[in-house]
Amino acid sequence: MRWFARRCLFYVFAIWVALTLNFLLPRLMPGDPAGGVLARLSPSQIQANPGIIQTYRALLGGGNKSVWQDYIAYLHRLTHFNLGISTSNYPAPVSEVIGRTLPYSIALVGVAVLLAFIIGTGIGMIAAWKRGGTVDTVFVPALMGLGAFPAFFTALLCVYFFGLKLGWFPIQHAYASGLVPGFNWAFVASALRHGELPVLVIMAAFTGGWVLNMRTVMINTISEDYVAMAQAKGLKDRRVMTRYAGRNAILPPLNGFAAQFAGAVGGLVFVEYVFSYPGAGLTLQQAALGNDYPLTQGLLLVFAFAVIVANFAMDMLNFLLDPRVRAS
Amino acid sequence: MTVVEPTVIPGAQTEARETLVEVRDLRVAYGDVVAVDGVNLSIAAGEILGLAGESGCGKTTIANTVMQVLRPPAEIVGGSILFRGDDLVGRKPEELRKYRWRNVSMVFQSAMNALNPVMRVGDQFVDMMRAHEHISKDDALARAGELLDLVGIDRRRTRAYAHELSGGMRQRVIIAMALALNPELVIMDEPTTALDVVVQREILQQIKDLQEQLGFAVLFITHDLSLLFEVAHRIAIMYAGEVVEEAPAAELRNAPRHPYTSGLVSSFPPLRGPIERMTGIPGSPPDLASPPAGCRFHPRCPNCVPEESELHRLQTTVRPVLRNVGPSHRVACHLVEQQR
Ligand SMILES: Nc1ncnc2c1ncn2[C@@H]1O[C@H](COP(=O)(O)OP(=O)(O)O)[C@@H](O)[C@H]1O
Ligand code: SF4
Ligand SMILES: [Mg+2]
Repeated sequence: MRWFARRCLFYVFAIWVALTLNFLLPRLMPGDPAGGVLARLSPSQIQANPGIIQTYRALLGGGNKSVWQDYIAYLHRLTHFNLGISTSNYPAPVSEVIGRTLPYSIALVGVAVLLAFIIGTGIGMIAAWKRGGTVDTVFVPALMGLGAFPAFFTALLCVYFFGLKLGWFPIQHAYASGLVPGFNWAFVASALRHGELPVLVIMAAFTGGWVLNMRTVMINTISEDYVAMAQAKGLKDRRVMTRYAGRNAILPPLNGFAAQFAGAVGGLVFVEYVFSYPGAGLTLQQAALGNDYPLTQGLLLVFAFAVIVANFAMDMLNFLLDPRVRAS
Repeated sequence: MTVVEPTVIPGAQTEARETLVEVRDLRVAYGDVVAVDGVNLSIAAGEILGLAGESGCGKTTIANTVMQVLRPPAEIVGGSILFRGDDLVGRKPEELRKYRWRNVSMVFQSAMNALNPVMRVGDQFVDMMRAHEHISKDDALARAGELLDLVGIDRRRTRAYAHELSGGMRQRVIIAMALALNPELVIMDEPTTALDVVVQREILQQIKDLQEQLGFAVLFITHDLSLLFEVAHRIAIMYAGEVVEEAPAAELRNAPRHPYTSGLVSSFPPLRGPIERMTGIPGSPPDLASPPAGCRFHPRCPNCVPEESELHRLQTTVRPVLRNVGPSHRVACHLVEQQR
């Protein structure tokens, strides 16, 4: 329980750091971001949104209030999910733009990273168990080679070959044009179909790392006495591999999961860009290009949040999977 | 060349017992290193056979071979292992799986790490029982509890994880596990080495009691000969991949014939009684990748001197084979002929 309390404290601290950095960053930028934002709005738009000037001054700095007053106002607005209005999507509030695009990205990264983890550790486990076997000599080098390319590059190659040349996959957008997002089969099927290639590209970037990591740890675990004893007990080979060797070998790689997730979020921008996938990554790229400071700031905050949540989830999983962590 | 004869257990029983395991001319190699080079051993039902020798002489390799859990690069390159007369070499994997633990179980060298750290002790019993028989999880857990009772551990400890148990308790848990399927033979590879002396004594006593009560045979492996004088009926001494002497425990202690055995006997103080000065054996065992020609012990042997030119020639060129020097006492040493 002490462990649990300590971890929770740590995450509260991490979130606070993310919020504060997000607050400080625009203030450290040259020029006057808030002024720039306000200049893009017409007088009538400013008039239609009373208080908008203070909102941006609080979010982006540059007003005549002290930094501390801005900071308090900033925190207060965040508790109401008020991140201002997106200048490039006027008059949509930033929170609405994020709410519209983020689910696609979460689905994309979530599915890809999870599949990469499951497939990668599975292949790493089998490769180590049957060293020099087919999986070890064919799949391992192939996946490692794929992982050596940057996601951006694989994405372009995939679009060209599998999309344009072979026509196996749709290469643009998150669903077929003409469909209205909603919980109906036509939309869900189309969304899944459009997600396939981007998911494969992200997986290609990350599976090799898991394979290598798991294989290395597994090779060490196999020489542990409890694995030898499991075999001596007359257990079936597969059970020794999964419940004894694999179950223990997965714990160290699991700790790298959150770091991988952070990397995947970074790579998301490129992948979404190549596939014109309307997720948070593409939105971030457009917001940055269009000097849409409120949206950029909001998205960065959300990404930081996602990474922290992934870390937290991994900690909890570790807690569940390793009785020694529970005991300490 | 093996002499097939019923093994006689010295002591109260005089009747010959059935031979349980017979290792014939066994050779096991790790790549180019032949770690076990032509070993003959037999274990009778219900007997405790001690196997002693310095670290690295091939004891664990023999244990793993009899248990049939050798892993690459280890490979049987010659000989056979008969269990109740049937050769284990070349049997189907599924047959061997069933043989393991049901016929022969094993307490591992470092039993401290032999329990799966992320699995409850009880589940590790259940796993093993269900690999061999149709039994419900609840029944298997209940039996695990009874087995823990047997070794003096609270049956509620089936819910414990390994890290929640002391070293001695873990070792008892594994002993209980080894007895779960009533195997005919239990191999104990350095079962008490990692424990402190007091716990070591308790466990040793417990093994003796359980063996008398249940009557399983034991292959008791240790580098500590004094332990064997406490528990073993018969003792085999290994040196550099070979068995160099084999005799009833008392005879081996009182009248060792091989110079290596004599050295071992005098280098360990008895477990009970005053601690005497240890003589020890100078030098260290040879590299098994290129063992010395002739008698493998000759570089360290006090009886190998160039002055005895004829004997010296034999010792450095001809490998001595095991020869009978008594009804159940065998020695591999050229000195035997000299002393006739
Ligand atoms: N995994 C291994 N790989 C290569 N050689 C090994 C391995 N295990 C043991 N050996 C060799 O086999 C010899 C005997 O080892 P072992 O049977 O463990 O001896 P003991 O149990 O008597 O200490 C060692 O001296 C070493 O040369
Ligand atoms: S054969 Fe010779 S060298 Fe070898 S142990 Fe006997 S006396 Fe020593
Ligand atoms: Mg050993």
